[in-house]
Amino acid sequence: MLRVEDLHVHYGGIHALKGINFEVPAQKIVTLIGANGAGKSTTLRTICGLVDKSQGSIYYEDKDINDFDTRQRTIGGLVMVPEGRRIFPNLTVYENLKLGAFKRNDTDGIKKDLKWVYELFPRLEERLQQKGGTLSGGEQQMLAVARALMSKPRLLLMDEPSLGLAPLLVQEIFEIIEEINSQGTTILLIEQNAYAALKVADYAYVLETGQIIIEGPGDELLQNDEVKKAYLGG
Amino acid sequence: MSLDIFLQNIVNGLSLGSLYALIAIGYTMVYGILRLINFAHGEIFMLGTYFLYYGVLIFHLPWWLSFIVAIVLTAITGMLTERIAYRPLRKAPKISILISAIGVSFFLQNAGIVIFSGVPKSFARPEIFDKMFILGNTRISSINLASTFISVIFLMALLYVVYETKTGLAMRSISTDMETARLMAVNVDRTISITFAIGSALAAVGGILWALKYPQIFPLMGMIPGLKAFIAAVLGGIGNIVGAMIGGFILGMAEILLVGFMPQLSGYRDAFAFIILILILLFKPDGLMGKNVQEKV
Ligand SMILES: Nc1ncnc2c1ncn2[C@@H]1O[C@H](COP(=O)(O)OP(=O)(O)OP(=O)(O)O)[C@@H](O)[C@H]1O
Ligand SMILES: [Mg+2]
Repeated sequence: MLRVEDLHVHYGGIHALKGINFEVPAQKIVTLIGANGAGKSTTLRTICGLVDKSQGSIYYEDKDINDFDTRQRTIGGLVMVPEGRRIFPNLTVYENLKLGAFKRNDTDGIKKDLKWVYELFPRLEERLQQKGGTLSGGEQQMLAVARALMSKPRLLLMDEPSLGLAPLLVQEIFEIIEEINSQGTTILLIEQNAYAALKVADYAYVLETGQIIIEGPGDELLQNDEVKKAYLGG
Repeated sequence: MSLDIFLQNIVNGLSLGSLYALIAIGYTMVYGILRLINFAHGEIFMLGTYFLYYGVLIFHLPWWLSFIVAIVLTAITGMLTERIAYRPLRKAPKISILISAIGVSFFLQNAGIVIFSGVPKSFARPEIFDKMFILGNTRISSINLASTFISVIFLMALLYVVYETKTGLAMRSISTDMETARLMAVNVDRTISITFAIGSALAAVGGILWALKYPQIFPLMGMIPGLKAFIAAVLGGIGNIVGAMIGGFILGMAEILLVGFMPQLSGYRDAFAFIILILILLFKPDGLMGKNVQEKV
């Protein structure tokens, strides 16, 4: 569904991505793990068109998406839950969700999806008229995911959805990720919480200073000595 | 001051305030979205009056039609200034776009002098605006009532667009987080164009009502009302639309009452607005309605 080939990104003099290759097959959960500053967010942001690549290609549903801007990619079903939630604090929960569905005109479909996200996140439904900025951190994360779902993603890119959440909530978010995936959405997940990510992932890549150093099925990487030592705390 | 005169002043204050409010909207909306103080906004205000003037004089359009045409042309002019002078600089340092705005302002002023000549033109007003309503001893001119009324209608229409429509939602999302708005498939360029169109259209309405009150137009006429409306926007909390309206009304009312209560100070009328600006910047730089939602990170 998504194929990234020899992707390079520079920020001025910083060579943030040094030619990475990876693939996200349809219907799967793929995860990209790595330490701070490895280049995970850069990878996602480049896929969304928020950051310009200096070399390489990105194929989405077998099309090179080089000429599409962020908006067109979103309309095409390539949707991101950005790092740090980035909900709109001054808009209500409902308006945030409406923005997720901004490009859509299928009123019935939108209603159906609203119902679905209320089922996934009952707490949001209770707070529809509340300003996004007044939600707790965990609720904001749920809103960010719910908002992305309202865009009807075919490929959902998630940048550290569990960051800063209490253990119980982390578990809940990962259950929801699996639920979303089981409904047919392909997922590319970035995580620092390597253990949880590898457990849900069909396939995983380890990114280190802009390069992919290890890859393999999630359960295999859980057993990998190098991964254990560096990312799973021994 | 007698009650009659006081009432008369209130109406005058409302009328002037509503004009400041109309013009202040343009400053505050553009600032909200681009973090740009659009120095050329006063010139947009001026152009609106000339469009109407020539519509009536050269094209012999009926006044009301010329009014509509002028609003549309001014909106287009506002969109063009953004397209030509601001959009190419959107990724440049903020100071570049600010300097570009000052450039547009000078350009329009001087183009105005060349094309319209610097000599003030008298602005014909339909007779209906010459009427006086006399209530007891209070004399209220119909232009003051009409300008307040027309302004309030446009301001309400604006609130509707901003808070109840999809375009308004797009505007509000861009003003908080342009990048995330893009991720939501909001068409950022188009929304910014619409913002300029709306702000400029309101400036045209404000300018034309202004010219009906003070029926002389000249290429530099936008400077002082533009500055005052900018002060009104800062007073209300720049970036905040309701704030700009409230700021406009407060400033207009304060100015009229100052002159009303202390006629000996009327020469300081313009200076008074700047004193308000300085006080606001010193004591409440976020303005009366400044940002109150805290972001959780
Ligand atoms: N806008 C930018 N300008 C300059 N350098 C940047 C920019 N964004 C990221 N970088 C640099 O690129 C490298 C990769 O950053 P990136 O945000 O992709 O890391 P990450 O893997 O997401 O880290 P984290 O887990 O902390 O979010 C870092 O060295 C970072 O300093
Ligand atoms: Mg990151």
